Amino acid sequence: MAADFNWAVGGEAGDGIDSTGKIFAQALSRSGRHVFTSKDFASRIRGGYTAYKVRTSVDKVQSVVDRLDVLIALTPRTIEENLDELHEGSVIIYDGERTTMQNVEIPEGMIGIDVPLKRLAEEAGGAIMRNVVALGAACEVAEFPIENLDSALEKRFGDKGQKLVDNNKEAARAGQSYVAEEYDAEFEYDLETTDEDYVLLNGDEAIGMGAIAAGCRFYSGYPITPATDVMTYLTGRLERYGGHVVQAEDELSAINMALGAARGGARAMTATSGPGIDLMTETFGLVATSETPLVICNVMRSGPSTGMPTKQEQGDLNHMLYGGHGEVPRFVLTPTTVDECFWKTVEAFNLAEKYQLPVYLTADLSMAVTEQTFSPDAFDMDAVEVDRGFVVDDASVEEHLSESGGFQPHELTEDGISPRAFPGTVDGAHMSTGLEHDEQGRRTEDTEMRVEQVDKRNRKVETAKEREDWSPREFGDEDAENLVITWGSNEGALAEALDLLDEDGIDIRVLSVPYVFPRPDLTEDIEAADETIVVECNETGQFANLIERDALVRVDRINKYDGVRFKADELAREIKATLETGTEATQ
Amino acid sequence: MSSDVRFTDFKSDKQPTWCPGCGDFGTMNGMMKALAETGNDPDNTFVVAGIGCSGKIGTYMHSYALHGVHGRALPVGTGVKMARPDIEVMVAGGDGDGYSIGAGHFVHAVRRNVDMTYVVMDNRIYGLTKGQASPTSREDFETATTPEGPKQPPVNPHALALASGATFIAQSFSSDALRHQEIIQEAVEHDGFGFVNVYSPCVTFNDVDTYDYFRDSLVDLAEADHDPTDYDAAKDVILDSDKEYQGVIYQDENSVPYHEQHGVDEDMSDIPDGAPENATDLVREFY
Repeated sequence: MAADFNWAVGGEAGDGIDSTGKIFAQALSRSGRHVFTSKDFASRIRGGYTAYKVRTSVDKVQSVVDRLDVLIALTPRTIEENLDELHEGSVIIYDGERTTMQNVEIPEGMIGIDVPLKRLAEEAGGAIMRNVVALGAACEVAEFPIENLDSALEKRFGDKGQKLVDNNKEAARAGQSYVAEEYDAEFEYDLETTDEDYVLLNGDEAIGMGAIAAGCRFYSGYPITPATDVMTYLTGRLERYGGHVVQAEDELSAINMALGAARGGARAMTATSGPGIDLMTETFGLVATSETPLVICNVMRSGPSTGMPTKQEQGDLNHMLYGGHGEVPRFVLTPTTVDECFWKTVEAFNLAEKYQLPVYLTADLSMAVTEQTFSPDAFDMDAVEVDRGFVVDDASVEEHLSESGGFQPHELTEDGISPRAFPGTVDGAHMSTGLEHDEQGRRTEDTEMRVEQVDKRNRKVETAKEREDWSPREFGDEDAENLVITWGSNEGALAEALDLLDEDGIDIRVLSVPYVFPRPDLTEDIEAADETIVVECNETGQFANLIERDALVRVDRINKYDGVRFKADELAREIKATLETGTEATQ
Repeated sequence: MSSDVRFTDFKSDKQPTWCPGCGDFGTMNGMMKALAETGNDPDNTFVVAGIGCSGKIGTYMHSYALHGVHGRALPVGTGVKMARPDIEVMVAGGDGDGYSIGAGHFVHAVRRNVDMTYVVMDNRIYGLTKGQASPTSREDFETATTPEGPKQPPVNPHALALASGATFIAQSFSSDALRHQEIIQEAVEHDGFGFVNVYSPCVTFNDVDTYDYFRDSLVDLAEADHDPTDYDAAKDVILDSDKEYQGVIYQDENSVPYHEQHGVDEDMSDIPDGAPENATDLVREFY
């Protein structure tokens, strides 16, 4: 594996950290390098600090590491916050003319590059471009061709006029030449470029794009971190494809609007995070019992209650599996990578319509805000298939009428799947209700019909278990004695941890599970292994508990719930320790 | 859509379980007649019902329908109409459904001005749970949960609607069959959110707001030289707490419904078998 390069820009909220980081990530992507980014809202000291970190290599990168090679520090705190990731030879770019940075001390062994960011930006056309001056300086330090930065600046500022683009290019060059002239030092970095074409996107965007690809026409949502980007992405874009985005007054309304659109025959979706899921749970049972296809995206964050809204956690699994009164059939999909967010979204819509039930599409904060590079072929639109399930039209509706002529949306069928008629279908008029109902959707408390309808709804799940592929993703050494199981966004860190463990002579087989319900039966895999470890970002081991129940065995667990995603090197250490002790490793 | 639709086509084969004499019978009849009169039929109509005695209306009418969660009927109707501008949407619920648990949705549905009709069957009581105060109950109305009355002013739904930017506000009385039907019909024909509060007496649990009370006290705006397009006149009627009115109180002639404001005019149920045309453009945006 080629050496990777780790870069960050950090400062106060409001310093334009996000957009600066994104421009650099874009430039790297344009140059044919792989990129994996993370947003660091995590303060060790106090709120207000924010950083955008970029890991890049010519090889695929899918995790963050505890290492920082070049840091643009807009505040003294940025240095303090990152001390444990900076190392001997790390470069710190800062503006010594900025009042707060005048007395800054560069830690021993590190290289301070003092660039008058603001002054050079003003000379190029405005102080607001000081971060771009810093990016130019970073290009010089990393020996990264500045033309790639030009292309990212054009993308960022192109719609605001050529003048602004030119000023920014000039600002970047001012930073670059200042470092070239004032610092004669040879830096150890040399970021090579390739001819590869990459796209750069995050999990929320992949979900939004997947929804449009799947034919979703209606989205209703209420802003909430970290799911808002799904709505932001879809706004305007969904309209381009004949759909519409509505910002509802709350999550109660959002899910009910989506339910209404779905009853109208549209593919509909809403996205939220834990607190919104709590509210949507009110209507969840109605969606299921009225047999309405609906995709509910849950971008998890740290809970309970308001919790840590900008921190990572996979704590909502139990809620998604069991939330709501009564017994409610539902599917829970848990894509494990950013590109899989796209495909699982497409699949979620197909499953929802084929089995006429609510589908939780689950991502988490880490995956949602991480920008990652992929080959554009990873999102091959020609491979998208739309299966609307059992829908009748004016001609076929008569095969599904009762003796008295009423349409039967809850017809008792062998596989549990009943016909759907969209409004406007002649003779298809029917009622859908949260009350228990007969085949025509009319309220009933008849004991036999109650049992038949409950069985029918559950039969759909059994049918789906048989007809669909619920396999986990597998990698690592398939004959290894040690088995690691995970779900959701930990896959990337785990994949990289394997390389590190390999260096220590430890072989691991990994099963990464994108379906929590229905889910693959891993009993045989666990029995074949000497040791099984379940890795997840929560305290109680919600997935490990399911696995233990399925296989009737005890497994070891690695749980992280400090609000920060797993890093590859950290995970390798934890796995090694767990294998050595054979006991539960705890946070 | 057939041209010979009769209002009885909107009747389901379920017999209502409302108490004999319940105002909801008349309210429902007027709704069915208004739908038939405006050229709709059960297959192009979607009725959304709330929870409560009034919520049963979805069961007794024949059309595409959803009987949903308490208080959330308006968001469901909003979703149906946005996905299917070609479908006639009528939302019905009670005073508890609309002005208590669903009050937040009421305000925002009014603001959105989606082209649908909202009928509130207002009996000033919770009937299905056997007689507790509702948001429109009088301040001194004694019930099991409010032994000395709520001691709070009742919600003024028309004022709430006007303050939220309503484009059509009306009041009817279920027992005045002809006028009730006419008023609902005007709401259906209104280009935007047609809101009708219907006095729909509960004969079992409310012995104050009775048929006799409304019959004696109602002033018909159609006979009172009232101009519904006059905002200030509408405001005076709405804030007059001494009288009960029926008729169209306010109508904004320049109402621009949501679908026109936002260009939402497609039948969203119709989608291709694969990704939409030009979907690859979305991937290119990420270069």
